[in-house]
Amino acid sequence: MMPTSPVIPLFVAVPLAGAFAIALLGKKTRIIPNGMALIVTGGLIAFSIIAMRMFSLFGVHTYKLGAWPAPFGIVMVLDGLTAFMLFTVSLIAFLVILFSISYMERYSGRWQFYTLFLLMVAGMNGVIVTGDMFNLFVFLEVAAVASYALVAFGTEKHELEAAFKYAVMGSVGSLFVLLAIVWLYSYTSTLNMADMALALQAAGSTRVALVTGVLLLTGFALKAAIVPFHAWLPDAHPSAPAPISAMLSGVLIKALGVYAICRVFYSVLGVSPQLSMLLMVLGVVSMSVGVLLALRQWDLKRLLAYSSISQIGYIMLGIGIGTPLGFMAALFHLFNHSVFKSLLFLGSGAVEYATGTRDLREMGGLGKRMKLTSAAMLSGSMSVAGIPPFAGFWSKLLIIVAAVQAGYYWFAIIAVVASMLTLSYVMRIMRYGFLGELREKWAGVREVPFMMKLSLGLLALICILGGLLLLPGAREFFLTQAARTFSVGTQLASRILGGV
Amino acid sequence: MSKERQPGMTLIVKTVTRLTVGLILLYGIYVVTHGHLTPGGGFAGGVVIALSLVHLMLAFGGDVAFKTLSKSGAAVLEAIGALLFVGIAIIGFGWAGFFFNFLPKGTPFDLFSAGIIPLCNIAISLKVGAGLFSVVIAIVFLRVAGSERE
Amino acid sequence: MAVYVLCLVLFCVGIYAILSKRNLIKIIIGLIVAEHAVNLFFILVAYRIGGRAPIFEPPPVSIEPMVDPLPHALVLTAIVIGIATTAFMVALAMRIYEKYGTYDIARIRELRG
Repeated sequence: MMPTSPVIPLFVAVPLAGAFAIALLGKKTRIIPNGMALIVTGGLIAFSIIAMRMFSLFGVHTYKLGAWPAPFGIVMVLDGLTAFMLFTVSLIAFLVILFSISYMERYSGRWQFYTLFLLMVAGMNGVIVTGDMFNLFVFLEVAAVASYALVAFGTEKHELEAAFKYAVMGSVGSLFVLLAIVWLYSYTSTLNMADMALALQAAGSTRVALVTGVLLLTGFALKAAIVPFHAWLPDAHPSAPAPISAMLSGVLIKALGVYAICRVFYSVLGVSPQLSMLLMVLGVVSMSVGVLLALRQWDLKRLLAYSSISQIGYIMLGIGIGTPLGFMAALFHLFNHSVFKSLLFLGSGAVEYATGTRDLREMGGLGKRMKLTSAAMLSGSMSVAGIPPFAGFWSKLLIIVAAVQAGYYWFAIIAVVASMLTLSYVMRIMRYGFLGELREKWAGVREVPFMMKLSLGLLALICILGGLLLLPGAREFFLTQAARTFSVGTQLASRILGGV
Repeated sequence: MSKERQPGMTLIVKTVTRLTVGLILLYGIYVVTHGHLTPGGGFAGGVVIALSLVHLMLAFGGDVAFKTLSKSGAAVLEAIGALLFVGIAIIGFGWAGFFFNFLPKGTPFDLFSAGIIPLCNIAISLKVGAGLFSVVIAIVFLRVAGSERE
Repeated sequence: MAVYVLCLVLFCVGIYAILSKRNLIKIIIGLIVAEHAVNLFFILVAYRIGGRAPIFEPPPVSIEPMVDPLPHALVLTAIVIGIATTAFMVALAMRIYEKYGTYDIARIRELRG
C-alpha cells in the first residue's frame, strides 16, 4: 500500500481558497490581503517542509482525489523532486509577498494583485504535485493566465505590449502541450502519468514518443524561455511590477518549463541519448546567447531578464548531462537561481522604488544612500557570477565538474566562458548602479521601508549560506533525494501503480 | 416615450426581451440543477444565466442590467462560487479526503441524488454566470470609455 | 485518417496566422483557430464507429456502443480555458488600442533589444 498523505492537495487548495477569500473580503481594508497572503504562503512553506520530511521517512506518496482508484481518478504524487520544487516555490513566494507589502503601496487594486498572485502559486503547485497529464495542462494554464494578467498589472503602454506578446507566445506553447497530450491519450487511452508510462513501455514504439516529445519540448521550452523560444521573456519580465518579475524569473519559468520537462520526459516518455544531447545543446545555446545579449543592456531589469535565460541554460545543461551529479547540480542551481534572481529583481525594484529609474546610466553611487539594498545586490550579483563562497559558485562548479566527468569538455569550457562573461555584466550593475560618486540628483534618496529590507536581507542571507546545503546531512535531505527521482525515471510509474 | 431618454434598443426588442429573459434565466437554472441527470451542468447553465443578463444589458442598456446584478455584486458572487467549490472539496477531508463525495448518493435519475455533484454544479454556475457577465461588461464598458476619450 | 490530417492542417493555419499577421485581432483569431483545431482533434479521437452519446439512461435503453466520454469532459475544460485566455487577450488588445491608437503590431514596437 502506497503511503498517502492529506497534505498533498492542500498545496493547491489553500492558495486557491486564499485567493478567493481575498477577492471576497479584501477590497476595503489593507490588512486582510496582506495578512492573508503572508499566512497562506507561510503555511505553504510549513507544508512543504512536512512534505520533504515525510518523503525522506516513507518514500513516494500518492493522493487519490475523491478516493477514486488510480488510473481513473486524478492522482497527486509526492516524490523527492516534487517536495524540493514545492519548497522552492513556497519560499520564494513568501519572501516576495513580504517585499510587496510595502512595494505595492503605490498601485491601486492591491487585492487583485494578491488574488492573482495566489492563483499563480496555486497553478504552479498544481503543476508540481499532479500525476495526471491533463491536470498538468489545466494547472499550467491557471498559472499562465494569472501571470499574463500580472505582467499587464500596471496597464501602461509597455506593460500591455509585453503582456500581449507573452500571452500569445504562452498560449501557443500551451496549445503544443495540449496537442501532445491529446496525441498521447489517443495512443495510450489513459491520462494518468504512471499508467501512460507503462502503456508506452509495453507498446515499445518510439515513434509516438518521438513526435509527442518534440511537441512537448516545444511547448515547455516556450514556457521556460530556452533560446530559440526566448523572445517574450526580456519584454515580459521587466515590464511586470518588481515582485512579479521576481516570481516569474525566480520560479514560474522553472515550475512550468524546467520542472514540466523533467517530469514529462524522465517519468513518462523516457529519455533517449538524443534527447539528452538536445537538452544539453539547448542549454549551452541559451547560456551563451543569454549572456551575450545581457552584456549590451542598460536597463537593469532587462539585463536581469537576459541573465535568467542564460542561467536556465545552465540548469538544462546539468539535466542533460544525465549523471547523478549532473542532476543534483542542476537542482541546486535551480534553487540558487530562484533565490538570487528573486533577490536581484527585488533589489532592482527597491532601486526603482527609491529613485524611479531603472536605467543604469542614470544611476550612480546609490550604495552610499541605500546601504542594505546595495549589500544585498552585491551578494546576489556575486552569487550569479559564481564567486566563492556564494551559493551560485558551488552549483556552477558542480555543473562544470559533472560535464567534465561525463566527457563533455566543450560544454564545460563554454560554461566557464559564459560564467566569466556573467561576471562582467554583474560588475556593470555594481559599478554603474551602486559604486562610484553619488550624483546630486540622488542626494535625497532614502533607503526603502523595513519590510522590503527584511525580504532582501533574508534572500541575501540564503545566497551567502546556500553553499552549506552541500554539507553531508543537508545534501541528503534537500538535494540527493530530489535528484534520485531522475535516476528512478520511468520506473517510478510501476512503483506508483504497483502500490495502489 | 421619447427615444433620447430611453437607452437601449427599440420597443420591439424590449418587449420581446421582457417576455423571454425570465424564461432564459429559468432554463439556465434548469440546466444547472439537472446537470447530473442530463447533458449540461454548472458551466453550460452558468453560461445561459450569464447570457440572460447580457440579453438584458443589450436590450435595455447597462443601467437596467446593473440594477439586477451590479458589478461589485457580480464579483462577490464569483468569489462566493469559487469558495463554495473549494469548500465542498475541503469538507471531503472529514470523510475519505479531498473532493470525496460524502453525501448519500440516492437513487439514480432522481433530482436529489449523486451526492455533492449538484452542489458543485451550483457553485460552478455561480462562478461562471457572474464571471462571464463581468467579462462582458468589462469589455463593453472598456470600449465605451476608450471611444469617449478620442 | 484524412480528418486527423485536416485537423493538423487547421492547426497549422492558426499558427501561420499568429506568425504572419500584423493585426492584433487577426492574431487572436489565429489563436482561436489553432485552439479549436486541437479541440476538434480531441473530439475525433473520442469517436467510435456507430457510437452514441455517452449519457447514462434508465435500464431498458442500452448505451453501448458509446463514444469515449472522457475527451468530451476534457474538451469542455480546454474550451473554458480558451475562453478565459481569449477574453483576456481581447481586453488587452482594446487597452493597447487605447494607448497606441492602432492594432498594427509593426507600429506597436516600443520594446526592443
